[in-house]
Amino acid sequence: MATPDRRQWGVWQWLDERIGLADLAKLARKKEVPVHRHSIWYYLGGMTLFLLMVQVTTGILLLLYYRPSAEEAYESVQFLMAEVQFGWLIRSIHSWAANLMIFTLFVHLFSVWLLKAYRPPRELTWLSGMGLLGLALGFGFTGYLLPWNELAYFATKVGTEITGAVPVVGSFLGRLLRGGDEVTGATLTRFYGIHVAILPALTVFLLGLHLFLVQRHGMSVPPNVEGHQAARRVMPFVPNFLLRDLVGWLSALAILAALAAYYPAELGQKADPFASAPVGIKPEWYFMFMFKTLKYLPASILGIEGEIVGVIGFGLGGLFLLLVPFLDRRTARGEPSHLFTMIGIMVIVYMIVLTYLGYTEVATQ
Amino acid sequence: MGVGGTGSLLTLGFLAVVAWPMPAEAQAPPEGCVACHLEIGDDRLVTPAKEFQEDIHAAKGFGCTACHGGDPKAAGMEAMDPAKGYIGKPGRQQVVQVCGRCHSDARFMRQYNPALRVDQVVEYRTSGHGRRLLEAGDTKVATCTSCHRAHTIRPPSDPRSSVHPLKVAETCGACHGDAKYMKGYPVPTDQLEKYRRSVHWKMMSVKGDLSAPTCNDCHGNHGAAPPGVSWVGNVCGQCHTVMAESFAKSRHAKVFAQMGSPGCATCHENHEVTEAGDEMLGLGAAAVCTRCHSSEDRGGKTAAAMREQIDTLRAEYDKAHTILQKAEHAGMEVSQAQFELNEAKNALVKARATMHAFTIEAVKREIEPGLQISAKAYERGVRALEELQFRRKGLAVSVVIILALIGGLVFKIRQLERR
Amino acid sequence: MTEQVLARDASRRKFINWFLATSAGAFFLSVLYPIARYLIPPQAGESTAASVTLPIKLADVKPNSGQIFKFGNRPAILIRTPAGELRAFSAVCTHLNCTVQYRSDLTHIWCACHNGHFDLNGQNIAGPPPRPLDQYVVNVRGEQIVISKGA
Ligand code: HEM
Ligand code: FES
Repeated sequence: MATPDRRQWGVWQWLDERIGLADLAKLARKKEVPVHRHSIWYYLGGMTLFLLMVQVTTGILLLLYYRPSAEEAYESVQFLMAEVQFGWLIRSIHSWAANLMIFTLFVHLFSVWLLKAYRPPRELTWLSGMGLLGLALGFGFTGYLLPWNELAYFATKVGTEITGAVPVVGSFLGRLLRGGDEVTGATLTRFYGIHVAILPALTVFLLGLHLFLVQRHGMSVPPNVEGHQAARRVMPFVPNFLLRDLVGWLSALAILAALAAYYPAELGQKADPFASAPVGIKPEWYFMFMFKTLKYLPASILGIEGEIVGVIGFGLGGLFLLLVPFLDRRTARGEPSHLFTMIGIMVIVYMIVLTYLGYTEVATQ
Repeated sequence: MGVGGTGSLLTLGFLAVVAWPMPAEAQAPPEGCVACHLEIGDDRLVTPAKEFQEDIHAAKGFGCTACHGGDPKAAGMEAMDPAKGYIGKPGRQQVVQVCGRCHSDARFMRQYNPALRVDQVVEYRTSGHGRRLLEAGDTKVATCTSCHRAHTIRPPSDPRSSVHPLKVAETCGACHGDAKYMKGYPVPTDQLEKYRRSVHWKMMSVKGDLSAPTCNDCHGNHGAAPPGVSWVGNVCGQCHTVMAESFAKSRHAKVFAQMGSPGCATCHENHEVTEAGDEMLGLGAAAVCTRCHSSEDRGGKTAAAMREQIDTLRAEYDKAHTILQKAEHAGMEVSQAQFELNEAKNALVKARATMHAFTIEAVKREIEPGLQISAKAYERGVRALEELQFRRKGLAVSVVIILALIGGLVFKIRQLERR
Repeated sequence: MTEQVLARDASRRKFINWFLATSAGAFFLSVLYPIARYLIPPQAGESTAASVTLPIKLADVKPNSGQIFKFGNRPAILIRTPAGELRAFSAVCTHLNCTVQYRSDLTHIWCACHNGHFDLNGQNIAGPPPRPLDQYVVNVRGEQIVISKGA
């Protein structure tokens, strides 16, 4: 709270003269959050951001003990879990927060979609958000392999094989990703580099852009609310909204701690590239709907291999998702767009149903 | 051990071996035999010629005439001229001489396989098979070719060989498991069936442990004969030394010998040696002791006491093992305790071996330290799980703190927004 | 608004601020505590699953002797052959998992449980053990002996 006497405070003044704290404070005071019946969705982005901070912190801590090679990865994680004090906690939180973060990310994405927050001038915010989704999925995919256990090994094998179905560049992409023709120690080292250097760097860039745009445009008010409400109610971001954010973050942290204490991350068996695949290998839950779709596709569709059709389909789906702000002309013109609401709901239902099927169906290879 | 009246026969046999023309050096024979035999169209004549191409002897450069005699250079029927040493299909008795001609000649054999023994014929003469064949002229018994085959002979290390460890039981069983064939002989025909149920066969066939015993490991191969009642222990003791030693010193060793009971096999069977378990000991339903003892006599009491000792240690070991595993899965560091617990497992295994001395003291000597180790390991497991409890307590504390902070924030928001 | 209400408000605000500051402080401590403990290097400096530095000095290992050491949670055996060479094997007997030992009178490895014998290369040479013992790699770093699983 900017009380008047703060201005006379030595450190504040010293910093203010050098980096212009007063300007920042003015900026913060000016930022407002609209209040209406859909305001709750404004918390999702911040929640995702908080979980990313948790990931960065715990990830950096994990780096102190982790060793990225096929010979030592599993052993180092085992050591971390058994010998390092609170190692189980750090690793379990990293693994749980990763899942929660992807979850909140999806909720964030679909709430933005259904509230049509992507309409002009926020197309770039949407695009950078989609980029962040890709990065998060990349984090999840590469991180899953790092403990070098049996389950992760075979899930990665299947996962990278799917890239082979991409037309033309597929096999090259597969090789690029695996660092060779097979999932080996080379893949592990590669995934490690992607996981802890490449993706974080890209994330800093895209997240900066995302937040900058959010700050620049302010929060969008859903079109169906905009029309109805005569007097536009708002709430200052600092401190009112921020304090509410904090409540959410702390609750998430408490949930994370409980999950870590009751369901610590498991390690399982060390990966053995020469063993046969165990039954019921599963990808991470957020890849399940794609995994399941590919399984349901017939071996051949119109003379093309089913898997290739599926991969192309997901590619086009991703492209569609990316271009939603540009395809939805009605919303851009300020008219209600039921079509895109329907599509959004259908995508959500599709993902939920296939994920459900993926987990309930008996595992047969 | 001379067998009296057979002396002359033995000499005759030796004479035959010596009188046979010296074994020919192996040379790649441009033999006419195969050329015709493959064309003849009579399976009995074609098959040997075909099969022999994969025989170890063919691989070493021997041809048909090495065993069958005759003239390899002659192109037509004149090759099979008895005057040129042609013998046709050797008779059952003749086979031993045909093979022995080379295989008993150390000087000759060492050119091919210096490690191969050269006493097969000598051994064979002492075997049940050999004595029947050579003394009683019984041609139903096994000779060299019965087990090694005639034209598909391969070294025992070759998995296709009829005498590869995995095939031996089948090879012996071909006759010994055939009740019709064995009619008139005073031996049972269920050995193969029983052996197939034994732990030895399981080790061999399932675990692929080729050193596990099959027929010849106990009965000998060329000197095949049943191990006598008195020395069955020696046979088993080849591998199961500790048990055999304890047993030899035990009261049972003497008593069993007096009773004419076959040592180890009295309790463990001979062919159907099933996996020994703790249930065999004591006075329970599956216990073998009850065949002679009851809870009334001293033996029965000892049996029950030994069993109790072993059971106690097993239970204590399991308890400690389970709790440590639980702790390990929860991510606790218990490797030192697990390491030490191995000793308790050792003690249990040793107690099971030394119980063959049939005294409570011998078993106790192994059990007691095992119990102490188990107790200590269990203690550590308990402590590890308490530590896990501590995690939950830590969680509770931090959740309380977080809730307090949330409460404070909520109050603050309320206070700020009170108009 | 009366004076009284104002005073009550002020003390209330003071209490809330105090409560907030205290619980925030406790919160930061509860986050920092596990992190600080995490940063303290554990007793076993690194993972012992793939390699272990023995608590035995090279000078204390006499030729024709052997000793058991802990490798992960399983026993292993370090032997020094009569010729002075160092070798290490898993000490878990391949028969029924007893711990093997070195017999200097026999100059090879022996399992007491069922009299299993292994030669100085870990090969099973007599008794019931069906397979050789797993061999490990021995490295000597000054006076230290480091055992690791083979590549
Ligand atoms: C700069 C940020 C990050 C760093 C430095 C980092 C570092 C690491 C390291 C060293 C591991 C291996 C240790 C282990 O497997 O337990 C790991 C695992 C993992 N990471 Fe990250 N990470 C970061 C961000 C993320 C993010 C944003 C996600 C989520 C999308 C993520 C998801 C995962 C997953 C799923 C695992 C496997 C967890 C498991 O062991 O089960 N990481 N990370
Ligand atoms: S356990 Fe080693 S010989 Fe049986």
